[in-house]
Amino acid sequence: MAIAWRKDVDAALAEAKAQGRPLLLDFNAAPT
Amino acid sequence: MEELIGRHFIPVKIHIKEQPDTFDRFNAQWTPTFVFLDPDGTEGHRFEGFLPARDLLAQLELGLGHVAFGRKQFDPAEKRFRRVVDGYPESEAAPAALYWAGVAKYKATNDAGALAATAAALQQRYPASDWAKKASVWAT
Repeated sequence: MAIAWRKDVDAALAEAKAQGRPLLLDFNAAPT
Repeated sequence: MEELIGRHFIPVKIHIKEQPDTFDRFNAQWTPTFVFLDPDGTEGHRFEGFLPARDLLAQLELGLGHVAFGRKQFDPAEKRFRRVVDGYPESEAAPAALYWAGVAKYKATNDAGALAATAAALQQRYPASDWAKKASVWAT
C-alpha cells in the first residue's frame, strides 16, 4: 500500500476533521 | 509502516525548501520532525530525528495513543500504549508507553492501583529509564 501523502496542510486539516482521523505531519529535507 | 500510516492517519509531507512557512507555523526546527495532530488540529505528540523502522513504528503507535489520550479516549489510548510495550518492548518509546498506559488506565478508572502497578512494572522492565523515575512517586 503506497502512502497517499498530501502536501496542502489546510486541505488535510479539513479532510481530517471531516473523517475524524488524526494527521501525521512529516517535516523533511529529503532530496526530491 | 505504509499500512499503519494509511489506515490511521491523514499523512502530510512538508519539504523545507517547498514550505518553509509551514515549518514555522508548526515550530518544526529540524528534519525529520513528525507532528501528530488530532482531527481538530490539536497537537498530541511529536518527535525529531531519524529512527529505524521498528522504532518509527513504535513512535507512530505512541502518537496514536497520545492523540486518543488528548481527546479523553482513555480506553483506546491505553490499548495503543500497550501495543507499543507489547510489540516494541526494545524501543525507547516502550517505557514512555508503559507510563502513559498506566495514566490512561487511571484516568479511565480512577483506580490509584493502576499507577502503583505501573510504577512496579517500570521498575521491573525499564529500571534505568527516566519513566521509571517519574513513576517512582506512585510506588506503594
